[in-house]
Amino acid sequence: MTETTRQPQGTVPEQAAMIRARGLQKRYGAARGEGFTAVAGIDFEVRPGEAFGILGANGAGKSSTMRMIACTSPSTGGSLDVLGLDARTEGARIRARIGVVPQDDTVDVELTVRENLLIYGRYFGLPKAEIRRRATELLDFARLTDKADERVEALSGGMRRRLTIARALINEPEIVLLDEPTTGLDPQARHLLWERLFQLKDDGITLILTTHYMDEAEQLCDRLVVMDGGLIVTEGSPGGLIERYCTREVLELRFGPGEREAMTDKARGLVERIEELPDRILLYTDEGEATLAAAHARGVVPLTALTRRASLEDVFLTLTGRSLVD
Amino acid sequence: MTTHASRSLVPPGRTRTVPPALHEFAYWLHRYRRTWRGTVVLNVANPLLFLTGIGAGLGSLVNHNNSAALGGLSYLAFLTPGLLAASAMQTAYIDSAHPVHQSVQAKGHYWAASATPMSPVDIYYGHLLFNVFKVTLSATAFTAVAAAFGAVDALRAPLVVAATLLVGAAFAAPSAAWAVTAKRQPTVLAVLRFGVMPMFMFSGTFFPLTQLPGWLQPVVQATPLWHGVELCRTAALGTGTAAGTALHVGYLTVLAVVGLLLGRRTYQRHLHS
Ligand SMILES: Nc1ncnc2c1ncn2[C@@H]1O[C@H](COP(=O)(O)OP(=O)(O)O)[C@@H](O)[C@H]1O
Ligand SMILES: [Mg+2]
Repeated sequence: MTETTRQPQGTVPEQAAMIRARGLQKRYGAARGEGFTAVAGIDFEVRPGEAFGILGANGAGKSSTMRMIACTSPSTGGSLDVLGLDARTEGARIRARIGVVPQDDTVDVELTVRENLLIYGRYFGLPKAEIRRRATELLDFARLTDKADERVEALSGGMRRRLTIARALINEPEIVLLDEPTTGLDPQARHLLWERLFQLKDDGITLILTTHYMDEAEQLCDRLVVMDGGLIVTEGSPGGLIERYCTREVLELRFGPGEREAMTDKARGLVERIEELPDRILLYTDEGEATLAAAHARGVVPLTALTRRASLEDVFLTLTGRSLVD
Repeated sequence: MTTHASRSLVPPGRTRTVPPALHEFAYWLHRYRRTWRGTVVLNVANPLLFLTGIGAGLGSLVNHNNSAALGGLSYLAFLTPGLLAASAMQTAYIDSAHPVHQSVQAKGHYWAASATPMSPVDIYYGHLLFNVFKVTLSATAFTAVAAAFGAVDALRAPLVVAATLLVGAAFAAPSAAWAVTAKRQPTVLAVLRFGVMPMFMFSGTFFPLTQLPGWLQPVVQATPLWHGVELCRTAALGTGTAAGTALHVGYLTVLAVVGLLLGRRTYQRHLHS
């Protein structure tokens, strides 16, 4: 019993964790003297079959963390185990068993869609016949069968992303890493992609994804960490985090030009917390309509008022004082 | 949920032990399939043009003036092996520096390959192997055309190709080792313009070293291409001495090996940064 007493809450037993990071650090340019710390010592664990999110603004250290997990960037401190193997020494064996969807698509635009899969599969030392069989299945999975023999050049951004995901699955990975999988895609392409990711989740594949879209994290992640400035500032399920850091509802008020400060002063004391943004103020409340009525009674006259459910966006604002995407 | 537990720790590749570098070689070969016809035409047409235009045309002018500096050789016999060595250098540099630099840019091919079990060193070796393969192709085509012209003794042709190969490797290895670190495309071009092309012109390719001012001669003799030209020329003409050949082969081998060792480091550092 003694060895388990020191484990923090929510820790999984040694063997069961797909990924375990302890005090993980990444410092760039350390060899050249100066150096920049992108990841400043983080602890986290990812469990089998889970969809684990890393949420954070640009520069938070998400990609650096992902590249360390993918064993394409050596850590400069702490420890990192992936599939029970030490990421520092077992890089090739780990890479053989994971799938990587990098932030920038690295599909070969000069080759056809199918060729991209066939060539990539060879890097894993798979037999050609087996790769061909899997490629056909994966084209179907990625909804790219009718594009199979077209050059990647001719594909839309959403299709390229789906091809990148299909390619990452060629080695039947146990973990798939997705770095900002839907950034830059239009809403329709995003939804198709999410639907494909749900499919992977259903198949029991462990997913790790980074995003700066709150709705994406809420939709896809069972559990997530919020990163800021190279550190993890909080961890939990999307619902749990909202409950922990926010009220049930948020009342958003917009005012006419020049009125905001005076109106904000009038509204003070209505609720425990008010967040002032450049174009509006947010009132954290459990009863949006009641708060709005109380505000009216005090002579607060907004141009528009909106009551909505609290979201992860509000969690991020609470924790960092900044909004996530500008 | 438990599927992963039943898998072994060995990669699910029904382990066929092909050296991983060959996968990288295969990738470049696959891309080459699209363009090989064009390059074969070039590989044959270029030497044909050179040998007729410069060798025979310009050569007849040179030969008429009975240039003593050539030591009684026809200009064609003098030029051909030098041109082989210089072209090998050029092919090696262009085929290494440009694609390597492209591959290491954002969205470049190397980032795809390095997410697989391939190590950066596997990627380097595989790409290098392909470049040496291309040098071999063009050297073989060039030598065959030259032999048909009588510009190279057919019996000596295999030796000449082997010498050219060494020149290609000696340039390809350090070129790729450096190009993976190059930040900007203009730098890659500048090295071609101000490093490779001057060597092409002045390292004894088109005229003997003795035509240059005395102070410049030791400078030229220090360049790798001069050793390459000398090696190819003495191999073609059968005029090599043991000491000279050892020096040239030694110089080029050292260059290739140093390039190889450097490339292992630069690839590791830049692909796993
Ligand atoms: N190769 C690198 N060399 C130096 N600094 C880097 C490198 N990669 C990332 N950084 C820096 O590290 C910080 C975190 O970057 P990154 O991990 O890409 O964050 P995110 O993916 O969350 O946007 C940024 O400030 C970035 O400029
Ligand atoms: Mg990133």
